[in-house]
Amino acid sequence: MTIPAPKSGRTFFLRPQDVIGILALAILLLVVLPLALDNFRLQFVGKYLTYAFVALGLVLCWGYAGILSLGQGVFFGLGGYCMAMYLKLQASSVENTKIQSTPGIPDFMDWNQITSLPWFWEPFRSFGFTSLAVIVVPALFALLLGYALFKRRVGGVYFAIITQALAAIMTILIVGQQGYTGGINGITDLRSLHGWDIRTDSAKTILYFVCVGLLLGCILLAYYVKSSKLGRILVAMRDKEDRVRFSGYDVSSFKIFVFCLAASLSAIGGAMFTLQVGFMSPSFVGIVPSIEMVIYTAVGGRLSILGAIYGTLLVNWAKTSFSESFPELWLFGLGGLFIAVVLIFPNGLAGLWQTYVAPRLGPLFGGGAKRRAAPPASGPVAPAAAE
Amino acid sequence: MFADYSLAELGSIFVMQGFAGLILFSVFVLMALGLAIIFGQMGVINMAHGEFMILGAYVTYFTSQFFLHFLPSLFNIYFFVAMILAFFASGALGMAVEWLMIRRLYKRPLDTLLATWGLSLILQQVYRSVFGPREVGVELPNWMMGSLALTDTIEVQINGLFVMGLTIAITIAVALLMYKSAWGKQVRAVVQNRVMAGAVGINTEQIDRNTFGLGCGIAGVAGSAFTMIGSTGPTSGQLYIVDTFLVVVFGGAQSLLGTIASAFTISQAQSTMEFFLSGSMAKVLTLLGVVIILMLRPQGLFVIKVRR
Repeated sequence: MTIPAPKSGRTFFLRPQDVIGILALAILLLVVLPLALDNFRLQFVGKYLTYAFVALGLVLCWGYAGILSLGQGVFFGLGGYCMAMYLKLQASSVENTKIQSTPGIPDFMDWNQITSLPWFWEPFRSFGFTSLAVIVVPALFALLLGYALFKRRVGGVYFAIITQALAAIMTILIVGQQGYTGGINGITDLRSLHGWDIRTDSAKTILYFVCVGLLLGCILLAYYVKSSKLGRILVAMRDKEDRVRFSGYDVSSFKIFVFCLAASLSAIGGAMFTLQVGFMSPSFVGIVPSIEMVIYTAVGGRLSILGAIYGTLLVNWAKTSFSESFPELWLFGLGGLFIAVVLIFPNGLAGLWQTYVAPRLGPLFGGGAKRRAAPPASGPVAPAAAE
Repeated sequence: MFADYSLAELGSIFVMQGFAGLILFSVFVLMALGLAIIFGQMGVINMAHGEFMILGAYVTYFTSQFFLHFLPSLFNIYFFVAMILAFFASGALGMAVEWLMIRRLYKRPLDTLLATWGLSLILQQVYRSVFGPREVGVELPNWMMGSLALTDTIEVQINGLFVMGLTIAITIAVALLMYKSAWGKQVRAVVQNRVMAGAVGINTEQIDRNTFGLGCGIAGVAGSAFTMIGSTGPTSGQLYIVDTFLVVVFGGAQSLLGTIASAFTISQAQSTMEFFLSGSMAKVLTLLGVVIILMLRPQGLFVIKVRR
C-alpha cells in the first residue's frame, strides 16, 4: 500500500505508463465505443460514465486518503438537482405552461398549490450561475460537513455512518418537500439547454463526447493531485495519521480538501447525468446508490484512478445486462461482488492486472513491469460493452 | 401549532404519542442491543443486522402458521416458542457468517461494512426468492388483541405493552449476561485487551464467534417482537438499519446504558414531532439533530474508558 518516492528532477506529473493508460482509455471511449455501439447503447455508456466521476472522487477520498464516505450520492444528487432546476426552468416558460393556474413555474409546483417560484430557485435561471453552483454548492456542503467532523477527529467508521445517515436524510427531505423538489418522481420532463433540444439523438451523442471530455479532464486533475506533495501527504495520513500530525501538518485541512474535491467531482457527474438522461430523482441520492458507487471504486481498485473508471463501466454493464435477463440473479451477483472484492481481491481489477497481466506485458513494452496502479486492459471491458 | 388543542387534549396527545414512541423505542432497543454488542464490543459494522432481524420475523411467522394448522389449542403460547426458535436460527446464521467471513476482517472495519452490505443484499434476495416478495403478517393470539383504556382520551394497545415488557426483560438479561456472568467478563476482557486475554487462557476466537452469534440472536428476537406490531417483507430490515446505527453511535458505542438512553431520546423525539409535523419532516429533524449532536460530541452520550 505504499507509493514509491518520486524520482528526483521529475517535473511532469504523469509517468509514461500513465500517459499510455490515459490514451488507451481515451481511444476506447472516444473512438472504439462510439464506432462499435449503436446510439442506444452508447447512451448507456454515457450514463455509466457519469458514475465514473463519483468513483474517481472516491479513489482520491477513500483509496488515497482513507476516508470512506457513504454519502457520495448526496453530492451526485446536489449536482444533478442544480442542473435539473436550470433545465426545468427552461422548460417552464410562460408559453409552455399556460394551462397551469400559475403559468411560468414548474408543473410539479403548480400541482402542489405553490403560486410563486421559491427564492432558491430564482438564481437557477442563469446558466452561468448553474454551472458554478454545480461545483460550488456540493463543495460548500462538504466543507461544512468536513470542517465539523474532521476538526473533531471523527473518522473511519463513524464518518461512514454519519455520511450514510446524511444520504438518508437527503432522500427523505427531497421526497417530503414535494412542492419544492418534485418529490419521489424527481424533476422530470427536461427539454432544452439554452434553446438547444437535448432529447434528440445527435444532442445525446454530443453530450456523450462532452461527458468523456470532462471525465478525461477530471482524470488528469486526479493524477495531478495524486502526484503532488498533497497526494503524498494524503497517503501518509492514511497509513500513519498521528505521525503526520506530529510532523506539523494540519491533518484535518487535507482531509477537508480531498473530501470537497471528491464532492465536486461527484456533482459534475450528477450534472452530466441530468443532461444525458433527462431527469433527476431521489433514487440516485439515497443510501443504496451511494454504497453502490463505493463498489464501483472497489471493483476497479480503490488505489487506481483508471481502474475506477473500468470498474464503473464493468459493474454497470453487468447490472444492466443481468437485470435485463436474470433480474433475480443480479442481487446475488452484486452481493457476491461486495464480499469477493473485500475478501478475495481487495485491490480490485487494478490489483489483479498488476499481479497477473502487467508482469507478462512487461517484456513486450520494454521493462514496464514495475508499473503501479496500472489500469486493466480494455480486454475485460471491450467485449462486455460490445455485447 | 399547539393553539388548536386544549391543555387536556395536549396531555393526551403527548401520552399517546409517547406510547407510540415507546413501541418504536422497543424495536430500536432490541435491534440496537444486538448491534451494540457486535459494533461496540467487537468493532464490526454489521450492515446485515436488519436481515438477521427479518430472519427472526420469518421464523416467527412460520411458527405461528404451524401452530395455527397443527396445534391450534396451543396457539396462545406460540410466540414464546417462536422467539426461542428465532434466537437460535439467527444466532446460528450469525455464527456461520462469522466463521466464513467476519473473522478474516477484524482488522479492517470499513471492509466489514462493505462485505456485510453484500451479505444483506444476498439475504434479501434469498428471502424474496424463498418466501416471496409480499409482506406477511402473523395472527395475534386473542389475549394480545385490544387495548387498555386508561382514561377517556388515553388508551394503549396490549401488544405494544407486551413488546415493551419483552424489551425490558431482554435488556435485563443481556445486561446480566455481559456484566455479571463469567462469559460476559471474558467478552469484555477480549475487547479491552485481546492479546492479554489470550495469554491468560481465554479462547478469543471462540468468544468472538459466540459474541457475534449472540448479537445476531438478539436481532432474531427483535424480529420476533417486530411481527407483533408490523408486517414483514424481504426489505423491512433495511428500513431500520441506519436509524439503529445512529442509535448505537449516539449512545456511545460501548455503553449499553447509552444505547438505551439514545434509543429513548430518538424514538420519543421522532414520534412526538410526527404528530405536529409530517412524518418525513419529523424523521429529518430527528436525524439531523442526532448528526449535529454527534458533530459536537463525537464520542456519543455515554463513554466508557477503554485502554487500547
